[in-house]
Amino acid sequence: MTRTNGRGQTLTTGLTWFSVGLGIAQLVAPGRMTKLIGTRNTDDARSLVRLIGVRETVAGIGLLSGTKPDAWLGGRIGGDLIDLALLVGAMRQRGTNRSRLLAATGAVLGITALDIFGAVQAARAAAQPHNPTSSGRKTPTTKTIVVNRDPEDVYQFWSNFENFPKFMNNLESVTTTGNGRSHWKALGPAGKRFEWDAEIVENRPHELIRWRSLPGADVDNDGSVRFERAPGGRGTLVRVNLRYDLPGGIFGTALATLTGSEPGQEVSEDLRRFKQVMETGEVVRSDASIHPTMHNARPPEQPIPLRDSFHIDVPARRQTHTWQEARERLESADPMSGQSGETRAPARSDAADRGAALTPGGAR
Amino acid sequence: MKANCWEGKRTVRVEEVPDPKILNRRDAIIKITSTAICGSDLHLYNGLIPTMEKGDILGHEFMGEVVELGPDVGNLKVGDRVVVPFTIACGNCWSCQQELFSLCENSNPNAWMAEKLMGHSPSGLFGYSHMMGGYAGGQAEYARVPFADVGPLKIPNGLSDEQVLFLSDIFPTGYMGAEMCNIQPGDTIAVWGCGPVGQFAIASAYLLGAERVIAIDRFPYRLRMAREKGRAETINYEDVNVYDTLMEMTGGRGPDACIDAVGTEAHIPGPAFAYARVKQAMMLESDRTFALREAIMACRNGGTVSVIGVYGGLIDKFPMGSVMNRSLTIRTGQTHMQRYMKPLLERIEKGEIDPSFVITHRMSLDDAPKGFSTFLNKQEDCMKVVLKP
Repeated sequence: MTRTNGRGQTLTTGLTWFSVGLGIAQLVAPGRMTKLIGTRNTDDARSLVRLIGVRETVAGIGLLSGTKPDAWLGGRIGGDLIDLALLVGAMRQRGTNRSRLLAATGAVLGITALDIFGAVQAARAAAQPHNPTSSGRKTPTTKTIVVNRDPEDVYQFWSNFENFPKFMNNLESVTTTGNGRSHWKALGPAGKRFEWDAEIVENRPHELIRWRSLPGADVDNDGSVRFERAPGGRGTLVRVNLRYDLPGGIFGTALATLTGSEPGQEVSEDLRRFKQVMETGEVVRSDASIHPTMHNARPPEQPIPLRDSFHIDVPARRQTHTWQEARERLESADPMSGQSGETRAPARSDAADRGAALTPGGAR
Repeated sequence: MKANCWEGKRTVRVEEVPDPKILNRRDAIIKITSTAICGSDLHLYNGLIPTMEKGDILGHEFMGEVVELGPDVGNLKVGDRVVVPFTIACGNCWSCQQELFSLCENSNPNAWMAEKLMGHSPSGLFGYSHMMGGYAGGQAEYARVPFADVGPLKIPNGLSDEQVLFLSDIFPTGYMGAEMCNIQPGDTIAVWGCGPVGQFAIASAYLLGAERVIAIDRFPYRLRMAREKGRAETINYEDVNVYDTLMEMTGGRGPDACIDAVGTEAHIPGPAFAYARVKQAMMLESDRTFALREAIMACRNGGTVSVIGVYGGLIDKFPMGSVMNRSLTIRTGQTHMQRYMKPLLERIEKGEIDPSFVITHRMSLDDAPKGFSTFLNKQEDCMKVVLKP
C-alpha cells in the first residue's frame, strides 16, 4: 500500500527495523541483553528476554507486511507498556544494576513516545489513502449504492434534505432555511450533539448536489452526491462523497481506527436504508434490528406506532407467477439451462414488466 | 404467546414471549395453524450457523390465518389462509424483479454481517440467525410476516394444512434442486440425501421428465421411502462404494446430474469423518463436504451438480480440478420461493403430488424440544415433524 505521508512513513520504517533488530538480538543473545539493561542474568530472565524478542520480531514482520501499520504500532505501544512494567519491577529486585535499568527505562519511554506518534501518523495516512492532495484534517469517505429507480426519482427524493433523518441514524433533524441553506443537528459518539449550517454550492438536477458547512460549524464538513444511470437501465448509481472533521481530530481518527470502527460504515448503513426507502417505501425492520443494541429475534414488548414511521409511495412491485406463466416461460426460453444463465432469460420475458415498474407512479 | 426459542447448542425451549406486532406497512400477523422442523433447523440446533443469540425464535416452515394487516397490504384480507415462504423478499429490487427472490436486496437489515462472511448478502430469512436478518421465526403461535403482499400464498378451501404446509420450503427447494439440473428426456439423476428435501428432489426429478432417479443415504427407512414413494433406485453408502456402484449402474458414464440434498453436516463412515469433525472443531473448515465431493466426482462429463443442501462458510479440499477439466456446471442457491409456490400449489391441486407423504411425527408446539432431538437422532424412523400450536 502506498503511503503518502512522508514523515510518518520514515518513522514507521525506522520503528520497523528497530523492532526486527532488537527482536533478533534478544533471541540470539539474551544473556548479553540482560547485562546491557542491568537485570539479573538468570534462566528465567533469559527466557523472558527471548519471549520479548519473539514479540518484537513478530511486530517487526507485521510492520514489514505493510498492511495496517497503525494497528501494528498500536500493538507495539502495548508491548512498550509491558516492558516498562517489567523494568520497574526489576528495580525492586536485588542484584540488579540500578543505573543501567534507569537508562533502559528512559530508552523504552522514548521508544513508546515514537510508537505513539508513529501510530497516530499511520492512522491519519490510513484515513486518507486515495486523496494525497486533501488539505486540512478532514476525513474523506466515498460510498456507492445502486438503487432500482430512475435518477430523476432518486434526485428528487435526495434534494429534500429534511428527509435525511428518516434513514440516517445519527441525524436528529435537518431544517431548510431558504436560499439553499439548511440547519443540521446530529448525534456524535457518546451522545454528543453537533450542529451546523450548510449551504448548497452546486446543484445540477438529476446529476449532482454539492454542499458545505458554513463557518461556525461544530463539525466542519462538505460533500457531494452524484446520480448516474446504471448500465442496462438497471437503476441509478448513487455515489456519496463526504469529508468531515472527526471529533477529536487526528486522535479521534486514530482511536476509531485502533478500536476497529471503520469510518464510513455508518454511511454504508445509511445508504442501505436509503435504498430500502426508495425501493420498498420505508426502512425495513426486523425483530432484532429495531433495537439500538444487540437483541434477540423476538417481538418487542411494546407496540411501535406505525403512524410515526416514514414512508413514500413506490412503483408497483413484482407479483409471483401463475402456473401457466411459469410453464410458458419454461417452454419458450428454458431459463434454467446452464448456458443462458439464471438471470438472462427471465430478463427477456420480463422486460416489459420491468419497464413499467420503473416508471414512477402513485402519489409521487 | 408461546414460541420455540434457541437457547444454545442442542438446547431449545418453549417460552412465553411478547406477541408479534406490525413493524412495517406491508406486514401481516399470522395465527399459525401448522409449523414444521426443517433439516436446516438442525444446523442451528448443532450450533453450526454463526450469529445466533440466546432466545431467538426458531422456525421457517409455517402457515396459518391472517389476523392483522399493515395498511399497505392490498392483496390479503383478515381471515385468509396462507402458506408463508421462508425467504423474505420485497418484490421491488432488481433481484426480485429477476425472480431471484432469495437474493432480495432489501429484506436483510443486518446485511453487513453476511457481507463480512460471504461478500454479499442474501435475503432475510425467518428464524435463521442475525446474519440473515434477525427475524423471529414461525415455531410459535403467531408470526409477523414482512412484505406480506409478495410472500404469502393464499390457499383455496379443500386442501388440508398437511397437503400445502411444505410449500413453505422443502417442496419448492427439492423442486428447484431438480429444475437446476436442466433435465432432458432420458436423463439419470442421482440424489444425495433422502431426508424430506431429498424426497421432494426425487419426486420433482420425475415430474420434470427424468427417466431414472438414484437415491443415496444410509438409513433404511429413508431409502425405503425413496423406493416406495419416490420410485427411486437406492444405494446405501454404508454397504457399498457409491462411486463404483453409480458407475456400474450407468455404464461408467455417471449420472447426468447430481443433487446434493445433504449440505454442511454430511456424514461418511470411517476415520475421514473423525478427521472432518476435528477440522470443524478447530475452525479449519466450517462445513463437511463428503456428499458434495462424491457428487462432483460421480457426475458425468459436462453434467450438472445442483446444490440445495445448506452450507454455512468455508470448505476444504474442494475438487475444482474435476469441475474444471470435465466441464461441470454447479448450480445452487437458497430457493427462490415466490417463483415456485403458485405453480407447485397447482400441481398439488391437480393431484400430481401430495407432499404430506413425508410426515412421520405430529406433535404439539409444546413438544418442540422433543421433536428436535427425535429428528436429530433419527429416532422412531423420524422423517418430518409437524407441530401444532
